[in-house]
Amino acid sequence: MNYLAAFLFAGIACFFAQLLLDNTKLTPGHVTSLFTILGAFFGFLGLYDKFIDFAGAGATTIISNFGYVLYKGAYLGFQEQGILGLFTGLLKNGSCAIVGAVLFSFILVLIFKPRD
Amino acid sequence: MDKEEYKKLVKRLTPQENKKKNALVAFLVGGIVGALAEVSVSLMVHFFAVARADACLWTCLLVIFIASLFTALGFFDNWVTEAKAGLILPTTGFAHSVTSAGLDYKRDGFITGVGANMFKLAGSVILYGIVSAFLFAVLGVIIHG
Repeated sequence: MNYLAAFLFAGIACFFAQLLLDNTKLTPGHVTSLFTILGAFFGFLGLYDKFIDFAGAGATTIISNFGYVLYKGAYLGFQEQGILGLFTGLLKNGSCAIVGAVLFSFILVLIFKPRD
Repeated sequence: MDKEEYKKLVKRLTPQENKKKNALVAFLVGGIVGALAEVSVSLMVHFFAVARADACLWTCLLVIFIASLFTALGFFDNWVTEAKAGLILPTTGFAHSVTSAGLDYKRDGFITGVGANMFKLAGSVILYGIVSAFLFAVLGVIIHG
């Protein structure tokens, strides 16, 4: 069952993130950075592809996917363009999340007033 | 009062966060976000006939938009406080940090406020994402070819 796999994968990742937040001095910034790096690492090991096959959007919705996508972009960039491809390819798919977040946030910041 | 006594007093008076409950809530909320994202991907593939990979990217944008909108509307902060890692670890946390930093610093102007602070929290994800992805890609190219 796809939805169950997505639920379990994302849930377990968040479960471990919460354990880190509660039992160490790490802040949310540390934990999200750590999981991003882990995403790139599991991409490197070839495991993240399997996570996505198993959990679908459950694996692509957590922040680790960002690290994985960056890794994949740089790796495939090298296959196409050599060393330059590492630079041009890295942000290729990661661009989606960054541009989306910047654009939506900016428009909303224009419209909404800051809270007190 | 000596140091030891003081430490004991502080420990007793510090509100004990219920770690088990936090972890369970994070598991459930994070899981629900993941499952809803999968529902969104399935619906897009089914109704708009887009490729699954594209549907994942559209869903990513949708999740970012919803989290940013809810943040701007003011109630997402409370959700994050309640669900903690359940909403911080999914892309919702990334979007929330960008929008809330932008809004918080709006009064300082668009350059020194919004521009300078938007990536105050999300910046480290991008920084370490790029650095680690680059290094692993170099390693990957060396090892896997």
